[in-house]
Amino acid sequence: MSGASAITRFLLRRLAHAAFLLFGVSVLAFFFSTFAPGNYFDDMRLNPQISAEQLTALRADYQLDRPMPVRYIRWAGAVLHGDLGLSFAYNTPVGPLLWARARNTLLLTGTAAVLVWMLALPLGVWSAEKLGRPADVALSWATAVLLIIPDLALALGLLVLAVRSGWLPTGGMVSVGSDGFSAAHRVRDVAWHMVLPVAVLVASALPVLLRHVRAAMAEALQAPFLRAAEGQGISRRRLLLRYALPAAAHPLIALFGFSVGTLLSGSLLVEVVMSWPGLGPFLLEAILARDLYVVIGAVLLSTLFLVAGNFVADLLLYWADPRIRAEASRR
Amino acid sequence: MIAWGEKTDSKEILEVRDLRVAYGQWDGGVWHALNGVSFAVGAGEILAVLGESGSGKSTLAGSLLRLLPRNGRITCGEILLEGADVVRMDAVQLRRVRGSGVSIVFQEPSLALHPTIQIGAQIGEVLRAHGTLSKRARSARAREILAKVFLGDVERIFSSYAHELSGGQQQRALIAQAIACDPVVVIADEPTASLDAKTQGEILTLFRSLRDELGIAFIFITHNPGLLAGFADRVLVLYAGKIAEVGPTHAVLSSPQHPYTQALLRCVPRFDGGGAVRRNALLPVISGAAPSLAVLSCGCVFEPRCEERMEVCQIHAPVAARLGNRHEVACLKFPA
Amino acid sequence: MEPVIRVENLVKRLAGRGLGRRVKAFTAVDSVSFSILPRATLALVGESGSGKSTLALCLAGLERVTSGRIWFEGRDLAALAEKELRAVRPRLQLVFQDPASSLNPWWTVGEIVAEPLLVNGRTAKREGHARAALVLEQVGLAAEYLERRAQDLSGGQRQRVAIARALILEPKLLILDEVLSALDCSIQAQIANLLVEIQRAYGLAYLFVTHDLRMAAHLADEIAVMSGGKIVEQGVTQDILRNPRRFETQSLLAASRVEPEAM
Repeated sequence: MSGASAITRFLLRRLAHAAFLLFGVSVLAFFFSTFAPGNYFDDMRLNPQISAEQLTALRADYQLDRPMPVRYIRWAGAVLHGDLGLSFAYNTPVGPLLWARARNTLLLTGTAAVLVWMLALPLGVWSAEKLGRPADVALSWATAVLLIIPDLALALGLLVLAVRSGWLPTGGMVSVGSDGFSAAHRVRDVAWHMVLPVAVLVASALPVLLRHVRAAMAEALQAPFLRAAEGQGISRRRLLLRYALPAAAHPLIALFGFSVGTLLSGSLLVEVVMSWPGLGPFLLEAILARDLYVVIGAVLLSTLFLVAGNFVADLLLYWADPRIRAEASRR
Repeated sequence: MIAWGEKTDSKEILEVRDLRVAYGQWDGGVWHALNGVSFAVGAGEILAVLGESGSGKSTLAGSLLRLLPRNGRITCGEILLEGADVVRMDAVQLRRVRGSGVSIVFQEPSLALHPTIQIGAQIGEVLRAHGTLSKRARSARAREILAKVFLGDVERIFSSYAHELSGGQQQRALIAQAIACDPVVVIADEPTASLDAKTQGEILTLFRSLRDELGIAFIFITHNPGLLAGFADRVLVLYAGKIAEVGPTHAVLSSPQHPYTQALLRCVPRFDGGGAVRRNALLPVISGAAPSLAVLSCGCVFEPRCEERMEVCQIHAPVAARLGNRHEVACLKFPA
Repeated sequence: MEPVIRVENLVKRLAGRGLGRRVKAFTAVDSVSFSILPRATLALVGESGSGKSTLALCLAGLERVTSGRIWFEGRDLAALAEKELRAVRPRLQLVFQDPASSLNPWWTVGEIVAEPLLVNGRTAKREGHARAALVLEQVGLAAEYLERRAQDLSGGQRQRVAIARALILEPKLLILDEVLSALDCSIQAQIANLLVEIQRAYGLAYLFVTHDLRMAAHLADEIAVMSGGKIVEQGVTQDILRNPRRFETQSLLAASRVEPEAM
């Protein structure tokens, strides 16, 4: 089996999995949203100025009176054309709405993810090297403490600090009157607003990742091939980076895929608490308002990221480990 | 490669003097793995170290390059490599010695090779650690070395990964890595233990030809006396951390003097082409079990299992007695 | 005399093995035939990859054969269903090479040896342990070993336990797959002696699979040389040693003949 067709088959298989997963999630999301009690227009019924006939007409307009499978098929067909439906609350297409919010979220989580990895990798390698020594023990304690503190507590704590000290903005993404700022000023402004939420995100993700890096490296450092390489006079630095780290990569690549996967979904709490205009608060709002297509659209988008993250991880693993390539080409 | 020292009058390139190694146990106790081992290896010599489990042979292998686990310590002794004492070297000198003065080939070749680095690149790493060749020159040199060790198929081996090779090929790859920087001594720790008889023979032949061609000395550690005739120049028999007997292969194998060596060699079934073997006859065995090394005994360490033990053996530890022609025994039957 | 086991034209084809090697089916065991008389030992010698271990697994019922027959106690094992095989298994036992991985390290020796009795459902726990103690004694381990954990034993001791476990069901045939290869020299001698004694005491037949021609010559009445899945030469031990006809046999002899000189 030649290399090119093996990787193609691998990719195609993974893509097929992904498509199937998306389909399944969309059905489930549609199903549950539909069968959740109530719909968007229920609240309007309480309003005496809207008559029952108007409500029925509105519902017919939005096709809420058709049976579910029909609605699903129409919706699925629309999605495949790029149309995610209409938001009841905003009366505009769902796609652009979601995307605007998603962009903000990605800005936050993307930055946080980069920072977390930039911190976890060197720290993890270093502490595995110093395994058991005082420095490593101290770091373990610090990570444990960070792990125990709930995200919410951390977020609120930092907010209080911001309020008291007045150094950092206490929420939102831009300052008042930012429309009049110059481009550079605007960038600085956003960055300033990002400090707190990114700090919370990093603090909550770092302990777990750090432990994994440390564990994977520690295991790799025990391996016989490392001792053999040491016996050949390879320098310690080279042993760590060229021998141990690649051997420890397997679980770390999986984690990286997971990082990518949760880019859209991992920051809901932080966004709500810190009033960051991302996907999280928007989704929350939509759920409470029974804004059906927004909810399903958001769920689908999150799933897409999750699936993409897995896919990226699979690809990286395939590239990084020749044994997986060999195994895949056997099938 | 370390430049040959000025001590040209002695042909010995590696000399071990009174080496003692102990492991700290987690319960506070100490395990005395090596208790005063002294021997020398001449240039281009194949020295076999014969020992069973618990004899200290793997500890010896590791300690020659100070590659002991964290709880192991060299408590005493000198390891003189062309005059320089490995025990007292600092980290920089030690790293230079490893791989280019003395190399080591471990057991279990499938585990000793990195799983995701190609063979050629692994050899390249060793070259990189000990020289200033460019990447291209390193690749060329790696191919050169592989050609010496593999009979053909160099290109395929060069770009293979460890899991794509058979056991024998993996061992050859490790050997190639070990000789890449022209060491003067290569330590092979049970290199053939996981291989079948035919491949074992091939590896031994390889060692001999490397010795003949490149003048490398080998310290060949094994528990199998059947491998030694026609291969090793001298045999050193290790028991419970001490040398029982050492001498030219022919002398030790055909007229062993130490009771342990005699008993050990008797354990190997006679292989008589004449068919005069009484099949299913019981083999003579060594009674008792290997001693615990948690406590240092003051008498001879083999005494409890020795068929020729005398009263004095419990009190005095034997010292090496010279029997002529570089054949030495540590047994109280032979006064020092 | 009826042979204990008779193998006829046994074939075993495998899908391509090993990572990175070409995917193709290959014939691990290629039409092999032999038989073993009661109380006799047949040694199966060959290099790694010759198919001898696969053959051992097929005989023990751990691998399905592709074609051929295995006559044991008047029935063809190759044609039996799993349930029926289970009834036969007690009398055809397999001992593996690596005692470290074939014994559960957390179990005590008593549990390991008694397990075959208890699993077959025929025996109560107390009786099972009593029988285990008896068998252990026969393999040279005192009663105190019953409570020791497998991981605390040496290689030789573990191999004794593995043999005891195989013996407790009173088999007629014992397949020994490289059982001595991982042991030290002097321990090999001890276990080899044990095997000889057990054979006399229990009246067993042995299939001794090994790459060590030396030990095979010591223990076996007949030697079969395997190469590339086929038996290339077979005969009485003395004949094989004195007049090896095939190249494979000769090279195995040459590899093993590194002889300590006369003592």
